Amino acid sequence: MAKNTLIGGSIWDEYSQKVQDRMNNPLHMGEITEEEAEEKGLKLVVADFGAESCGDAVRLYWLVDEKTEIIKDAKFKSFGCGTAIASSDTMAGLCIGKTVTEAVKITNIDVEKAMRDNPDTPAVPPQKMHCSVMAYDVIKAAAASYKGVNPEDFENEIIVCECARVSLGTIKEVIKINDLKSVEEITQYTKAGAFCKSCIKPGGHEKREYYLVDILAETRAEMEKEKLEAIANAKTSDSGIDMSFEELNTIGQFKAVEKIMDSEIRPMLAMDGGDLEIIDIKKDEKGITDIYIRYLGACSGCASGASGTLYAIEAVLKENLSPNIRIMPI
Amino acid sequence: MKKVYLDNNATTMMDPEAYEEMLPFFKEKYGNPNSLHDYGTQTHKALRNAVDTLYRCINAGDMDDIIVTSCATESINWTLKGVYFDKIYTGEKDHIITTSVEHPAVSATCAFLESLDTKVTRLGVDGDGQIDLNELKNAMTDKTALVSIMWANNETGTIFPIKEAVQIAHEGGALFHTDATQAVGKLKVDVKDVGVDFMSFSAHKFHGPKGIGGLYIKDSIKLTSLLHGGEHMGGRRSGTLNVPYIVAMAKALDNATKFIEMENVHVRRLRDKLEDALLSIPDVAVIGDRKYRTPNTILASIKGVEGEAMLWDLNKAGIAASTGSACASEALENNPIMEAIGADVELAHTALRLSLSRFNTEEEIDYAIDEIKKAITRLRSISSTFAYTPSWHKSGL
Repeated sequence: MAKNTLIGGSIWDEYSQKVQDRMNNPLHMGEITEEEAEEKGLKLVVADFGAESCGDAVRLYWLVDEKTEIIKDAKFKSFGCGTAIASSDTMAGLCIGKTVTEAVKITNIDVEKAMRDNPDTPAVPPQKMHCSVMAYDVIKAAAASYKGVNPEDFENEIIVCECARVSLGTIKEVIKINDLKSVEEITQYTKAGAFCKSCIKPGGHEKREYYLVDILAETRAEMEKEKLEAIANAKTSDSGIDMSFEELNTIGQFKAVEKIMDSEIRPMLAMDGGDLEIIDIKKDEKGITDIYIRYLGACSGCASGASGTLYAIEAVLKENLSPNIRIMPI
Repeated sequence: MKKVYLDNNATTMMDPEAYEEMLPFFKEKYGNPNSLHDYGTQTHKALRNAVDTLYRCINAGDMDDIIVTSCATESINWTLKGVYFDKIYTGEKDHIITTSVEHPAVSATCAFLESLDTKVTRLGVDGDGQIDLNELKNAMTDKTALVSIMWANNETGTIFPIKEAVQIAHEGGALFHTDATQAVGKLKVDVKDVGVDFMSFSAHKFHGPKGIGGLYIKDSIKLTSLLHGGEHMGGRRSGTLNVPYIVAMAKALDNATKFIEMENVHVRRLRDKLEDALLSIPDVAVIGDRKYRTPNTILASIKGVEGEAMLWDLNKAGIAASTGSACASEALENNPIMEAIGADVELAHTALRLSLSRFNTEEEIDYAIDEIKKAITRLRSISSTFAYTPSWHKSGL
């Protein structure tokens, strides 16, 4: 909630002039009959999407030249609000002259951009972005009908943000690759959640199946689990640690240090009748990992424990694990 | 271009006399009515007269309280939360009964109280938007603290049987609140006759100013304050009194109720003319029997015409109306009132609400009928869900 959202209403003020003109006088509104198609020697394609009970419905007519697959004419009928009518009209216009394959690539973002009065100002307010989505879906239905395939063949991903057409897979991938920690960061990287905001969290103007807050939480949990599994695997791996020392959590670091102690350091100390135990591991603000140890056996009174032996232990751990390790004897 | 305002259930124009009445209290008569000097006593007298008018207009008695609030939403929140603190928080009771078609001021407050472990029963409505009193009887328990049922519905105009509902609530030992926002100024409201314990109202629904309303409390019933502070309004609601608005609210209410029977004949005749014209159009339905509706309201479903698209065309013709369509609001969720009526899901998207006032004229209604027909014709010709029939288009529609 912020200044610009405290006072609602007046969504019509945010409609571009093009949206208003298309709503008042749609250029491609109408029907195409079989007779007309036959007369012109073209194939008629009719596709429906949506339903009146859902609040939006559109029917798209194409006349397609089967030799070239070029859409020679397109008309629409639409049950919906002003934005839905304007979007359907714009969408029909964008189809004309394209091949069926090219038309399938028209997205709702293309439709919305085509209705802008200037390139930087959205044609409709954020909560109306979804009205252009229907235009995208009916094109897929028309193309599927023409090619005799399933509409899902053109769209088999789960779309989380319909306004920006961002899929679940993309969002999860971007979170993982970039280690994103907030919904704002997801929006910065993908544009998901930038428009109508319904996909951000429950309680927006439209119910969604997936919400960015949940996807973020689940993906972060997956990442954490994967990290723990990697740590666990790192411990059991015969070839040694396969994660950087800094990436490990405290337990992982403890185990990694123990491993080196057992293999490299304790045998050395044992020759003189000594040993050590790890007391604690702490990371300071500068990124240095302090490993607190206590000498046991002969080492506990040895003068070299604060000098030569200490440097040797530190050097072995630095070489094997991380240059940012410091040994702190207590 | 003509301008016709048919959205009076949303808000109304100010009664010119009420407007004139309040002006001196902004500049010359600005004293605090609680002050002892002449500036104060001058406004105190006007305040006293205004309060007397409010009591008279709804037939409140001397032992009753009418507390001036900022709006009906505040009055409603105060009543529901106050009863919660007085009866439910104390453990004496645990239950509130309301309906599924209340204004969000009631429904959202009930949802909030539900989050505080209050049990809430929501009575359903039939296809006419009417409740069933037997359902209310069955819902009552000895733990019911409050029954809150609106006097008339804002979308459908359906008038609820408040008097009978009050009897049922009282027999069961519960208090009764009514949100009378759509009733005060449109119907004869007599609080003694119906016997409600609490009644909420807003001035801007009966040609008074926005930002002022009232809460009627029968016989000084205890109600924990929503706003704590000084001793204004007998200590029930603190804050310096808004004298200009109180004076204007009283004048508006006086004018709205003085000749209410006569004015309603005028409003009802125009409403019925408009409704008959709508019903003469194929595939148009109106919700609820007009005998049981507020005289100014029509909720119509126009097959094949989406609500916001309709508002767009009407607005271009200078006509202000409203719709229950989700697409016309900021939230795209279906209007819960439309869903509660429930018989036809299309209603949620094809609804058009026309609400008149006593200031509407015959000429305006004739113009509105013409323009509504034009809009329906145009939008049905675009509609993908309506089989366009040129024959009736040519015959004048």
